Amino acid sequence: MKDKPDFLAHGVLLLGVILFVLPIWVMMAGATQNAGAIARGDLSLIPNPHGFGMFGRALFFGGASRAGYPVWHMLLVSFAMAVGIAAGKIAISLISAFAIAFFRFPFRKLAFWTIFLTLMLPVEVRIIPSFAVVSSLKLINTYGGLTLPLIASATATLLFRQVFTALPDELVEAARLDGAGPLVFLRDMVLPVSRANLAALFVILFVYGWNQYLWPLLAASSPAYTTLVLGIVQMMAPDQMTPWNLVMATTTLALLPPVAVVVALQGAFVRGLTETDK
Amino acid sequence: MAILELQGLAKNFGETAVLKPLDLTLASGQMLVIVGASGCGKSTLLRLVAGLESASAGRILLDGADITRQDPSQRDIAMVFQNYALYPHMTVAQNMGYALKLRGESRAAIAAKVEEAAALLGLGDLLGRRPAQLSGGQRQRVAMGRAIVRQPKLFLFDEPLSNLDAKLRVSMRAEIRRLQKRLGITSLYVTHDQVEAMTMADRLIVMEAGRAAQIAAPMEVFERPASRFVAQFMGAPAMNILDPVRAGMGNTPPGSVAGIRPEYVEIVADGVPLAVDLVEPLGAETLIHGTLRCGQRLTLRRAGPPPAADGLHVRFPEEALHFFDAESGIRIEEEAAF
Amino acid sequence: MDRRTLFPGITLPSLLVAPQLLLTVLFFLWPAVKAVQEAVTASNPFGTATVFVGLDNFTSLLLDPTYRAAIWRTVWFCMVVTALAMAGGLLFACYANRPLRGAKIYRTLLIWPYAVAPALSAVVWVFIMDPQIGILGRHLGAGWNYALNGGQAMALVIGASAWKQVSYNFIFYLAALQAIPRSLIEAATLDGARGFTRFRTMIWPMLLPTTLFLMVVNLVYAAFDTFGLIYALTGGGPAGATETMVVKVYEDGYIGNDIGGSAAQSVVLMIMIVALTAVQFRFLGRRGQ
Repeated sequence: MKDKPDFLAHGVLLLGVILFVLPIWVMMAGATQNAGAIARGDLSLIPNPHGFGMFGRALFFGGASRAGYPVWHMLLVSFAMAVGIAAGKIAISLISAFAIAFFRFPFRKLAFWTIFLTLMLPVEVRIIPSFAVVSSLKLINTYGGLTLPLIASATATLLFRQVFTALPDELVEAARLDGAGPLVFLRDMVLPVSRANLAALFVILFVYGWNQYLWPLLAASSPAYTTLVLGIVQMMAPDQMTPWNLVMATTTLALLPPVAVVVALQGAFVRGLTETDK
Repeated sequence: MAILELQGLAKNFGETAVLKPLDLTLASGQMLVIVGASGCGKSTLLRLVAGLESASAGRILLDGADITRQDPSQRDIAMVFQNYALYPHMTVAQNMGYALKLRGESRAAIAAKVEEAAALLGLGDLLGRRPAQLSGGQRQRVAMGRAIVRQPKLFLFDEPLSNLDAKLRVSMRAEIRRLQKRLGITSLYVTHDQVEAMTMADRLIVMEAGRAAQIAAPMEVFERPASRFVAQFMGAPAMNILDPVRAGMGNTPPGSVAGIRPEYVEIVADGVPLAVDLVEPLGAETLIHGTLRCGQRLTLRRAGPPPAADGLHVRFPEEALHFFDAESGIRIEEEAAF
Repeated sequence: MDRRTLFPGITLPSLLVAPQLLLTVLFFLWPAVKAVQEAVTASNPFGTATVFVGLDNFTSLLLDPTYRAAIWRTVWFCMVVTALAMAGGLLFACYANRPLRGAKIYRTLLIWPYAVAPALSAVVWVFIMDPQIGILGRHLGAGWNYALNGGQAMALVIGASAWKQVSYNFIFYLAALQAIPRSLIEAATLDGARGFTRFRTMIWPMLLPTTLFLMVVNLVYAAFDTFGLIYALTGGGPAGATETMVVKVYEDGYIGNDIGGSAAQSVVLMIMIVALTAVQFRFLGRRGQ
């Protein structure tokens, strides 16, 4: 195997890379070209060196068919939503898993199974009744309505519980003998020791939050709360005036943050994902 | 420096008595070694004293104060764990200073105490490292250092040497004992290794199935074992247990078994014949395993190189014999026997 | 499973689980109960009175030919997407696990599509396959128009859904392959197993738990997470040709405002995912071993 390159493997993998990179290449190349040419079907694979300003212009591009907010605003909404979901979920899951793993309180089993149950109710399943509940709480078109229903979910709690259960008992005992109470133990031991899991979970949840489509479609009907993913799909409304180059530039911008997060934290993310089963 | 008293201390897990009621007083500065096979309750005893398990009955007094219901963090007790339980994300210095930091001592005071303890243990150069960058022996020292820095009332050791290789174990054993004597801190030391038990203890508890089979000074345990179990547990190779009548011993208490340590069996020109099965030369001494004519097995230990012959004659000196009740295994005192 | 050492107290842990329990009750249990409640009641057109109608909403749902068609469409859509995405992930993982120059670069380039939103995957594929502007689509001739041809629309939706999911399967298969002890593969090689035989007799059985786990995850993905993709690419059309059950819930409940019917649909979806999760946990147990 070391004597000559493994041509078959390189061939298969190159094919895969083409399959996954080419569509993105097309999109980025398209972003630099003339909108009219693209609409005529003259999309070229070679980027136009003079068209890179399109990525900057796209930031100030409003919805094509609706007088909405510009792309930079959608970008901020998406960031707020993704970070809110990731941070919120990590925070509440961390403390609830800590309570379940390190204490013995009367309704502990009930609490655990109630949380566990939510694993069976992804937002797509309970979409219409959730919308009704969020409306009656007057949370439609608020950041709370956008994030809170997605924050409560069992996956992160289960992950943290698993991590905490794997911490050696002696570590807890040593800390207790050193004089640490539960909250001090959480701050000084649990948080630093599970830093890698926190990072992995942040990536997974950031991507999850950023990529939401159905829930923001319902919960954020006002343009002030339109996320980038939602905004792009709206820009594609079937009319001939679609400025394709701007749409492609915007799509590139929308892909960039989650892809950057995944690639930058690839190691922690892959480990976190495969060790926790989604 | 503190006096530890246990009064009827017991622990049950459901129906099973893991530790049967135990009474004990340990003088200030003494080292008490708790020895026994796994599952005998020795770790439970230690964890009860630490407060990591709650007692089912009885009281624990430290310097006269009842600490039975106190949280471990309030007891001023330090513990060295079998796997060291170092905080993986902290440096050696942070590991050692953590308890002091929680107590709210000043940075300067912590640094001074940590450095002093580190110097005592030869850890001076390692203070900036993390546990993952240390060898097994070094981790062991850090675990010791973490306990020493606090100058606690009581040291607890939970098989602290069992993860070290044989050579290191011998040197650390002596070092721990030296340190403990020098600091004069009352200590409880759990081990399953009877050499550690013998060499380190001021007093010894031999545990058997949740019960203290004997509490005494080490040499007393060795010379006057309270039961057949203790006799066979302490000493390697284990004490020979023989049916005295079949082995041809004369004057023995009725309904008893006889015990003799391998090193006290004498090789003589004319005595009980022994067919040698196996000879194990250890260098300075030799172990000889054989079978008596009556079919009972016997091990003996003698200084020097192995003997040449396949067959030997042995004698059991009366002063070296121990007698135990054949039923209960309890020691029968010589005064009563002869 | 449980720890040996615990902290004492009741108040603190109760406070710590409270936020999550509150969110769970508000946004999970309440909607779920509401769905069940609405599924067994009907309200008059003015919404002023509701009556208990038992399973009427369910029977009319199951008698509705468009819903039955949506069920079958969803089932085979899910199966095809799962098969394609898993086969792709396994193929690339097997080759990426070989000792290659640049293996790390290949891995990164195959992992990143995990981050692509399903809805944006639809946008990307429009640029490729659109009959007018698509770089590939415009060369496919006059017969290619997924906006009119249901079969073509389905094929495109399946392709885009599977494309986005390959990386997920790739990550898990690669991790599973790397977990197989090298000595085991070496022993099999010494026993004379090579190439495909070695894969079939040694590697594939070792991957079985991962395969079963991924199967459930991919089915859930195809059934629920593809809403954005389908909705952006075809809107469920043409003429309902790509309308899966989740698309239909949205259409009937949010656009069509059929409260009882969509609630019954939600309940059906809940039962589906409970079944899938139950299966998943049987396999999860096995993965854990």
